[in-house]
Amino acid sequence: MAVISVEKDFDTLSLTLVAEFDAPIERVWQLWADPRQLERWWGPPTHPSTFEKHDLAVGGYVTYFMTDPAGEMSHGWWQVTSVDPPRSLEFTDGFANQDGAPNPEAPITKVRMRLNDHEGGTRMDLRFVFSSPEHMALLERWGAFEVFPKSVGQMDALLDTS
Amino acid sequence: MVVDRLTDEEVDLLFHALADTTRRDILHRCTRSEPSVSQLADLYPISFAAVQKHVAVLERAGLVSKERHGRERLVRTDGNAVARARQVLDELETVWRGRVGRMADLLGQAPPQEAKSSSSGQC
Repeated sequence: MAVISVEKDFDTLSLTLVAEFDAPIERVWQLWADPRQLERWWGPPTHPSTFEKHDLAVGGYVTYFMTDPAGEMSHGWWQVTSVDPPRSLEFTDGFANQDGAPNPEAPITKVRMRLNDHEGGTRMDLRFVFSSPEHMALLERWGAFEVFPKSVGQMDALLDTS
Repeated sequence: MVVDRLTDEEVDLLFHALADTTRRDILHRCTRSEPSVSQLADLYPISFAAVQKHVAVLERAGLVSKERHGRERLVRTDGNAVARARQVLDELETVWRGRVGRMADLLGQAPPQEAKSSSSGQC
Protein backbone atom coordinates (compact mmCIF):
# COMPACT_ATOMS: atom_id res chain seq x y z
CA MET A 1 0.00 0.00 0.00
CA ALA A 2 1.78 3.10 -1.23
CA VAL A 3 -0.57 5.82 0.04
CA ILE A 4 -0.16 6.23 3.79
CA SER A 5 -2.45 9.17 4.44
CA VAL A 6 -4.57 11.80 2.76
CA GLU A 7 -5.74 14.94 4.51
CA LYS A 8 -8.06 17.51 3.06
CA ASP A 9 -8.70 21.03 4.21
CA PHE A 10 -11.87 22.45 2.72
CA ASP A 11 -11.19 25.96 4.00
CA THR A 12 -7.99 26.36 2.03
CA LEU A 13 -8.81 23.82 -0.69
CA SER A 14 -5.64 21.95 0.03
CA LEU A 15 -4.77 18.30 0.17
CA THR A 16 -1.77 16.56 1.71
CA LEU A 17 -0.86 13.08 0.63
CA VAL A 18 1.89 10.90 2.08
CA ALA A 19 3.13 7.82 0.26
CA GLU A 20 5.91 5.34 0.92
CA PHE A 21 7.83 3.40 -1.66
CA ASP A 22 10.18 0.51 -1.35
CA ALA A 23 12.85 2.18 -3.50
CA PRO A 24 15.69 4.63 -2.97
CA ILE A 25 15.11 8.37 -3.34
CA GLU A 26 17.08 8.60 -6.60
CA ARG A 27 14.87 5.98 -8.19
CA VAL A 28 11.65 7.74 -7.12
CA TRP A 29 13.06 11.05 -8.33
CA GLN A 30 13.60 9.49 -11.76
CA LEU A 31 9.84 8.95 -12.01
CA TRP A 32 9.51 12.74 -12.03
CA ALA A 33 12.72 13.70 -13.77
CA ASP A 34 12.59 11.33 -16.73
CA PRO A 35 9.68 12.29 -19.01
CA ARG A 36 9.51 8.74 -20.43
CA GLN A 37 8.94 7.37 -16.92
CA LEU A 38 6.67 10.25 -15.95
CA GLU A 39 4.29 9.54 -18.79
CA ARG A 40 3.90 5.96 -17.59
CA TRP A 41 2.21 7.08 -14.38
CA TRP A 42 0.78 10.58 -14.94
CA GLY A 43 -2.27 9.52 -16.93
CA PRO A 44 -4.43 6.46 -16.23
CA PRO A 45 -4.11 3.62 -18.76
CA THR A 46 -7.30 4.87 -20.44
CA HIS A 47 -5.80 8.35 -20.87
CA PRO A 48 -2.15 7.92 -21.83
CA SER A 49 -0.08 11.06 -21.42
CA THR A 50 2.68 12.38 -23.63
CA PHE A 51 5.17 14.88 -22.30
CA GLU A 52 6.60 17.34 -24.79
CA LYS A 53 8.59 20.00 -22.97
CA HIS A 54 10.24 18.87 -19.75
CA ASP A 55 12.46 21.53 -18.25
CA LEU A 56 12.88 20.95 -14.52
CA ALA A 57 14.62 24.26 -13.83
CA VAL A 58 13.16 27.16 -11.88
CA GLY A 59 10.83 29.00 -14.26
CA GLY A 60 10.97 26.10 -16.72
CA TYR A 61 7.90 24.55 -18.30
CA VAL A 62 6.71 21.00 -18.54
CA THR A 63 3.97 20.49 -21.10
CA TYR A 64 1.93 17.40 -21.83
CA PHE A 65 -1.27 16.16 -23.33
CA MET A 66 -3.52 13.28 -22.41
CA THR A 67 -5.48 11.37 -25.01
CA ASP A 68 -8.88 9.99 -24.06
CA PRO A 69 -10.37 6.79 -25.51
CA ALA A 70 -12.16 8.83 -28.19
CA GLY A 71 -8.83 10.32 -29.32
CA GLU A 72 -9.66 13.70 -27.80
CA MET A 73 -6.59 15.45 -26.40
CA SER A 74 -6.45 17.61 -23.30
CA HIS A 75 -3.38 19.72 -22.69
CA GLY A 76 -1.71 20.65 -19.45
CA TRP A 77 1.36 22.42 -18.18
CA TRP A 78 3.53 22.82 -15.13
CA GLN A 79 5.74 25.74 -14.34
CA VAL A 80 8.56 24.85 -11.99
CA THR A 81 8.88 27.20 -9.02
CA SER A 82 11.54 25.34 -7.05
CA VAL A 83 13.69 22.29 -7.65
CA ASP A 84 16.32 20.48 -5.60
CA PRO A 85 17.17 17.09 -7.15
CA PRO A 86 16.60 14.44 -5.94
CA ARG A 87 14.64 15.72 -2.93
CA SER A 88 12.10 18.32 -3.85
CA LEU A 89 10.10 19.81 -6.64
CA GLU A 90 7.51 22.56 -6.58
CA PHE A 91 5.39 23.59 -9.50
CA THR A 92 2.13 25.12 -10.61
CA ASP A 93 -0.06 22.69 -12.55
CA GLY A 94 -2.67 24.04 -14.92
CA PHE A 95 -4.74 23.37 -17.99
CA ALA A 96 -3.93 24.57 -21.47
CA ASN A 97 -5.87 25.34 -24.61
CA GLN A 98 -5.67 23.09 -27.66
CA ASP A 99 -2.60 25.01 -28.85
CA GLY A 100 -0.84 24.22 -25.57
CA ALA A 101 -0.94 27.80 -24.25
CA PRO A 102 -1.91 28.07 -20.56
CA ASN A 103 -5.62 28.73 -20.05
CA PRO A 104 -5.89 31.55 -17.51
CA GLU A 105 -9.59 30.88 -16.88
CA ALA A 106 -8.99 27.33 -15.71
CA PRO A 107 -8.18 26.34 -12.14
CA ILE A 108 -4.56 25.85 -11.14
CA THR A 109 -3.00 23.70 -8.46
CA LYS A 110 0.20 24.47 -6.62
CA VAL A 111 2.09 21.27 -5.97
CA ARG A 112 4.91 20.67 -3.51
CA MET A 113 6.70 17.34 -3.65
CA ARG A 114 9.30 16.20 -1.13
CA LEU A 115 11.23 12.97 -0.94
CA ASN A 116 12.86 11.71 2.25
CA ASP A 117 14.64 8.53 3.30
CA HIS A 118 12.31 6.38 5.31
CA GLU A 119 13.12 2.98 6.77
CA GLY A 120 15.23 1.90 3.83
CA GLY A 121 12.74 3.24 1.31
CA THR A 122 11.39 6.64 0.36
CA ARG A 123 8.63 8.72 1.80
CA MET A 124 6.95 11.12 -0.63
CA ASP A 125 5.06 14.10 0.76
CA LEU A 126 2.78 15.85 -1.68
CA ARG A 127 0.88 19.00 -0.90
CA PHE A 128 -1.66 20.51 -3.27
CA VAL A 129 -3.32 23.87 -3.02
CA PHE A 130 -6.12 24.27 -5.50
CA SER A 131 -7.44 27.57 -6.76
CA SER A 132 -9.89 28.73 -9.38
CA PRO A 133 -11.21 32.20 -10.18
CA GLU A 134 -14.45 31.10 -8.52
CA HIS A 135 -12.62 29.89 -5.47
CA MET A 136 -10.61 33.10 -5.21
CA ALA A 137 -13.87 35.03 -5.11
CA LEU A 138 -15.08 32.70 -2.42
CA LEU A 139 -11.90 33.07 -0.39
CA GLU A 140 -12.31 36.79 -0.61
CA ARG A 141 -15.73 36.47 0.91
CA TRP A 142 -14.56 34.15 3.64
CA GLY A 143 -11.50 36.31 4.16
CA ALA A 144 -13.80 39.25 4.70
CA PHE A 145 -15.74 37.22 7.24
CA GLU A 146 -12.55 36.50 9.15
CA VAL A 147 -11.60 40.15 9.18
CA PHE A 148 -15.05 41.47 10.05
CA PRO A 149 -15.19 40.14 13.60
CA LYS A 150 -11.83 41.73 14.46
CA SER A 151 -12.62 45.08 12.99
CA VAL A 152 -16.09 45.21 14.43
CA GLY A 153 -15.26 43.69 17.79
CA GLN A 154 -15.63 47.04 19.45
CA MET A 155 -19.03 47.46 17.84
CA ASP A 156 -20.42 44.44 19.66
CA ALA A 157 -21.97 46.62 22.31
CA LEU A 158 -23.79 48.62 19.71
CA LEU A 159 -25.30 45.61 18.09
CA ASP A 160 -28.35 43.86 19.30
CA THR A 161 -26.98 40.39 19.95
CA SER A 162 -30.19 38.90 21.26
CA MET B 1 -15.61 36.58 -11.44
CA VAL B 2 -16.76 39.36 -9.17
CA VAL B 3 -17.96 38.96 -5.62
CA ASP B 4 -21.64 39.79 -5.42
CA ARG B 5 -22.36 43.25 -4.12
CA LEU B 6 -24.32 43.17 -0.91
CA THR B 7 -27.09 45.61 -0.13
CA ASP B 8 -26.85 47.76 3.03
CA GLU B 9 -29.47 45.60 4.65
CA GLU B 10 -27.54 42.42 3.85
CA VAL B 11 -24.38 43.93 5.27
CA ASP B 12 -26.23 44.82 8.46
CA LEU B 13 -27.48 41.25 8.79
CA LEU B 14 -23.98 39.93 8.15
CA PHE B 15 -22.37 42.18 10.74
CA HIS B 16 -25.03 41.30 13.23
CA ALA B 17 -24.62 37.59 12.54
CA LEU B 18 -20.84 37.70 12.81
CA ALA B 19 -20.63 39.97 15.83
CA ASP B 20 -21.22 37.08 18.21
CA THR B 21 -18.54 34.55 19.19
CA THR B 22 -20.90 31.60 19.38
CA ARG B 23 -22.31 32.32 15.96
CA ARG B 24 -18.85 32.64 14.46
CA ASP B 25 -17.97 29.32 16.01
CA ILE B 26 -21.13 27.68 14.68
CA LEU B 27 -20.40 29.06 11.23
CA HIS B 28 -16.87 27.75 11.33
CA ARG B 29 -18.04 24.27 12.30
CA CYS B 30 -20.56 24.27 9.49
CA THR B 31 -17.86 24.90 6.91
CA ARG B 32 -16.27 21.60 7.93
CA SER B 33 -19.30 19.38 8.39
CA GLU B 34 -23.05 19.55 8.49
CA PRO B 35 -23.97 19.26 12.14
CA SER B 36 -27.57 18.99 13.30
CA VAL B 37 -28.99 21.67 15.55
CA SER B 38 -29.00 19.21 18.46
CA GLN B 39 -25.34 18.31 17.85
CA LEU B 40 -24.52 22.02 17.95
CA ALA B 41 -26.57 22.43 21.13
CA ASP B 42 -24.41 19.78 22.83
CA LEU B 43 -21.30 21.83 22.13
CA TYR B 44 -22.28 25.00 23.94
CA PRO B 45 -23.31 25.71 27.53
CA ILE B 46 -26.53 27.28 26.31
CA SER B 47 -30.02 25.97 25.71
CA PHE B 48 -31.22 24.24 22.57
CA ALA B 49 -33.54 27.18 21.96
CA ALA B 50 -30.64 29.63 22.19
CA VAL B 51 -28.65 27.64 19.63
CA GLN B 52 -31.71 27.57 17.41
CA LYS B 53 -31.88 31.35 17.67
CA HIS B 54 -28.22 31.70 16.70
CA VAL B 55 -28.73 29.45 13.70
CA ALA B 56 -31.76 31.52 12.68
CA VAL B 57 -29.64 34.70 12.75
CA LEU B 58 -26.99 33.05 10.57
CA GLU B 59 -29.73 31.84 8.27
CA ARG B 60 -31.23 35.32 7.87
CA ALA B 61 -27.80 36.61 6.93
CA GLY B 62 -27.61 33.98 4.20
CA LEU B 63 -24.63 32.27 5.78
CA VAL B 64 -26.22 28.91 6.47
CA SER B 65 -29.30 27.00 5.51
CA LYS B 66 -31.16 24.27 7.32
CA GLU B 67 -32.15 21.05 5.74
CA ARG B 68 -34.45 18.40 7.10
CA HIS B 69 -32.76 15.02 7.23
CA GLY B 70 -34.97 12.41 8.82
CA ARG B 71 -35.72 13.66 12.32
CA GLU B 72 -32.83 16.05 12.33
CA ARG B 73 -32.27 19.46 10.90
CA LEU B 74 -28.81 19.78 9.46
CA VAL B 75 -27.11 23.14 9.28
CA ARG B 76 -24.93 23.78 6.29
CA THR B 77 -23.02 26.72 4.90
CA ASP B 78 -23.40 28.08 1.40
CA GLY B 79 -24.17 24.73 -0.17
CA ASN B 80 -22.66 25.30 -3.57
CA ALA B 81 -19.35 26.61 -2.42
CA VAL B 82 -18.70 23.93 0.15
CA ALA B 83 -20.01 21.12 -2.03
CA ARG B 84 -17.74 22.26 -4.84
CA ALA B 85 -14.76 22.39 -2.51
CA ARG B 86 -15.46 18.80 -1.47
CA GLN B 87 -15.84 17.67 -5.05
CA VAL B 88 -12.62 19.33 -6.17
CA LEU B 89 -10.59 17.74 -3.38
CA ASP B 90 -12.24 14.35 -3.81
CA GLU B 91 -11.33 14.40 -7.50
CA LEU B 92 -7.78 15.44 -6.70
CA GLU B 93 -7.51 12.58 -4.22
CA THR B 94 -8.80 10.02 -6.72
CA VAL B 95 -6.43 11.22 -9.43
CA TRP B 96 -3.39 11.12 -7.15
CA ARG B 97 -4.22 7.79 -5.54
CA GLY B 98 -4.19 6.42 -9.08
CA ARG B 99 -0.88 8.12 -9.86
CA VAL B 100 0.81 6.95 -6.68
CA GLY B 101 -0.42 3.42 -7.35
CA ARG B 102 1.13 3.49 -10.82
CA MET B 103 4.36 4.94 -9.42
CA ALA B 104 4.55 2.03 -6.98
CA ASP B 105 3.96 -0.43 -9.84
CA LEU B 106 6.75 1.14 -11.88
CA LEU B 107 9.13 1.03 -8.93
CA GLY B 108 8.40 -2.67 -8.61
CA GLN B 109 9.77 -3.19 -12.10
CA ALA B 110 13.42 -3.09 -13.16
CA PRO B 111 14.56 0.46 -13.89
CA PRO B 112 14.63 1.20 -17.60
CA GLN B 113 18.13 0.66 -18.97
CA GLU B 114 17.93 3.19 -21.74
CA ALA B 115 17.00 6.08 -19.43
CA LYS B 116 18.94 9.02 -20.73
CA SER B 117 21.00 10.88 -18.18
CA SER B 118 18.65 13.49 -16.81
CA SER B 119 19.00 16.25 -14.29
CA SER B 120 19.91 14.15 -11.24
CA GLY B 121 22.81 12.50 -13.00
CA GLN B 122 21.71 8.99 -12.13
CA CYS B 123 22.47 6.07 -14.51
